[in-house]
Amino acid sequence: MLRYALKRLLSLILSLAVASLVIFAVIEVAPGDPASFMLGVNAQPDTLAALRAELGLDVSKPQRYLAWVGGMLTGDFGTSYTYRTPVSDMIADRLWVSLPLSLYALTLSTAIAFPAGIYAAARRGKPGDVAVMGATQLGVAVPNFWFAMMLVLIFAINLRWFNAGGFAGWEGGLWTGLHSLTLPAIALALPQAAILARVMRSALLDILGEDFMRTARAKGLSRRQALWRHGVRNALIPVLTIIGLQFSFLLAGSIIIEQVFYLPGLGRLVFQAISSRDLIVVESVVMLLVFAVITVNFLVDLAYAAVDPRLRSRT
Amino acid sequence: MSLLQIHNLSLAIHDTEVLKEVSLTIEPGQIVAVTGESGSGKSMTALAVMQLLPGGARTSGSITLDGQEVLELAEPQMCALRGASVGMVFQEPMTALNPVRTIGDQVMETILIHKAMPRVQAEERAREVLTRVGLPPDRFPLGRYPHELSGGQRQRVVIAMAIALRPKLLIADEPTTALDVTTQAQILDLLKGLVTEYGVGLLMITHDLAVVADLADRIVVMRYGEVVETGPTRRLLTDMKHPYTKMLFEASDHQVNLPPTPDPAPLLTVDKVVRDYRLARTRLFAKPGHARAVDHVSFTLNRGERLGLVGESGCGKSTLTRAILGLEEAQSGQILLDGQPVFTGHRPNPDVRRKMQVVFQDPFGSFNPRHRVDRLITEPFHLLDTPPKGAERRDRVAEMLTAVGLSPDDARKYIHEFSGGQRQRIAIARALIIRPELILFDEAVSALDVSVRAQILDLLAELCEAYDLTYLFISHDLSVVRTITDRVLVMQAGRIVEQGVTGQVFDSPQHAYTKALITAAPRLPDLGRGVA
Repeated sequence: MLRYALKRLLSLILSLAVASLVIFAVIEVAPGDPASFMLGVNAQPDTLAALRAELGLDVSKPQRYLAWVGGMLTGDFGTSYTYRTPVSDMIADRLWVSLPLSLYALTLSTAIAFPAGIYAAARRGKPGDVAVMGATQLGVAVPNFWFAMMLVLIFAINLRWFNAGGFAGWEGGLWTGLHSLTLPAIALALPQAAILARVMRSALLDILGEDFMRTARAKGLSRRQALWRHGVRNALIPVLTIIGLQFSFLLAGSIIIEQVFYLPGLGRLVFQAISSRDLIVVESVVMLLVFAVITVNFLVDLAYAAVDPRLRSRT
Repeated sequence: MSLLQIHNLSLAIHDTEVLKEVSLTIEPGQIVAVTGESGSGKSMTALAVMQLLPGGARTSGSITLDGQEVLELAEPQMCALRGASVGMVFQEPMTALNPVRTIGDQVMETILIHKAMPRVQAEERAREVLTRVGLPPDRFPLGRYPHELSGGQRQRVVIAMAIALRPKLLIADEPTTALDVTTQAQILDLLKGLVTEYGVGLLMITHDLAVVADLADRIVVMRYGEVVETGPTRRLLTDMKHPYTKMLFEASDHQVNLPPTPDPAPLLTVDKVVRDYRLARTRLFAKPGHARAVDHVSFTLNRGERLGLVGESGCGKSTLTRAILGLEEAQSGQILLDGQPVFTGHRPNPDVRRKMQVVFQDPFGSFNPRHRVDRLITEPFHLLDTPPKGAERRDRVAEMLTAVGLSPDDARKYIHEFSGGQRQRIAIARALIIRPELILFDEAVSALDVSVRAQILDLLAELCEAYDLTYLFISHDLSVVRTITDRVLVMQAGRIVEQGVTGQVFDSPQHAYTKALITAAPRLPDLGRGVA
């Protein structure tokens, strides 16, 4: 198990190194000089040169790459071209919104999907299954911003249970923060839950047809006992893959929901940074997201091994 | 009172009749074998006793287990019965165990689910039954996972689960069909021992009459959901009444007459062939180990000769077959067909490749279901420089279908319209259509029912006469190899340990391994042959 974990860790580090090179290269070839962008078209050449030196744009590319990577390793992400504030502070602020929101949404989606998927699989072809499958079909088809608007209409405007947008911050306590993230989390979670429930159901149905489920029944387990004791854990492997993918998506891909709810999240930060050609912010956020995705995949790999003993002993 | 009494049991699944008025009884300490071909309803009879029938099943009649009417029990009562009063062993040991739970856990589950004893005692009992089935905890700790065990060992775990609560009745559904002959002999011994030791009744489902003849006290022969004949083993085998029983018996030991072989002229020469597989690294930077699947194998196959290759799973038969076919290159040694190498410069040699064809085991998985038969059997044409077209192609297809006992009209059908035996005929037609010099039969009749197998063997003998076939017949089934080959190679752990004229090798084996194989293989007694 330890050897397996170390092997996955090594692959994580290598992936990060390659990703940083690719991100740096892509940003470098993008047209547009941040210094001239910041100073406008009428800038004097010597002011431009001074700014370029200040931003560290006057040294060779390998040097800049190393400075960038070295900085990130020590927590220094550089200074934003546009706002002249440390990028690390900007990201940290946004991360305090995006990360809890993703985790919240993921928890909700799992909490909905697991029971729904298991329920549907246990009642294959019966009305309960048909109802769950119909609902998930709808969940997959309807875009999440539409859900978001409906939620705002019902729970914020009519019932006044939640605010229609904005983030209250964590200073007012955990409850206040979570409360203001609830509607966006639900809007994000519903489509993900629909996908996950379908995956859970089909994974479980595959397992129900396995020989060892029949063995379990022959031992005297009831249908339900066999499902819980032998079915669910085996069905987790495909489900974990999807959960990993969903987390990465939620972290980076919630920009539309952030717009709908006026949330100061990572998605909006990247969007603003790209429009103002604030390349250092773009680089850093993208790298951070890559780091998150790769770390999640690493955790999913560890979870696989925890679930399936065959993986533990293979390596 | 009998332990199990099945009386006039009828079963329909949706609207299909599966069992018709089946009756049989089992006494404590008795072994009753239910035999018949696929579709005879023998497995359904077993599942009916367990009440583990597929959805849509309707039963009538009566099944009394130890005085209790099983068909009238509610599901919770059935759950209490399963595993406690009746244990069941299945055919596929590789998949019968949950891969993510330890063997100790799974054996203990039988005990704990019935709340028969507290956990500590249950663990003690699990150790005890695992020891009884030949897996002592000092060598096979309870914490082992199924993937760490071989097929035979897994079947022992399944048996341990089934007997953990000392049920009165044990049902074994083809328990040894997926196992090698030597492992099969051990598992059969184990089952027999349990019957005498614990006095359980054993309901044994098997298609293999030879297994039955050795083991059972009584035999029940089934066909199309009906019992056609039943009686004490000895009497039934000496005095078969029903023509179906006679046919089954004859087909199980079917003999064919092969045409004489021509004067020896080498066609295929395999010379000191070695094939290694890389193993996973044990440590991150360790040199990866190697497993030698084929170890300096040499033999010659003469033109017009029918050569057998026998050995147990993992002995290297399949690896050798792939090397001969040019699917994988051997690390050293040489394979020549008609003097030409199978591999030239790390690439398969097309000139050699078109002289060889293969027929695989699985008649269901080896065809593309979306192609019609004519397209399927003309697939080897792509090996030719000028493949026949139009009328010539049609004639070749018609000729081949006729040769394998099908009709030229079958050319436009899809593969799902054919039975297993017919599909294997189509596979043979596909192999024959480019008139290869050599055909490899890789377990080509192993998945077939005995009567169908007998027909395919007859077909092969006819084709030998008509087309002067040369083939290598790879099989784990010694009785088939005995009749369908002139010479035989015995393979063990990557080496050929014995070779010679088939009859001689079987009658007076020289190598210890060959002897063990032949002793382990169940044989039909000679007594019935005169009757059939």
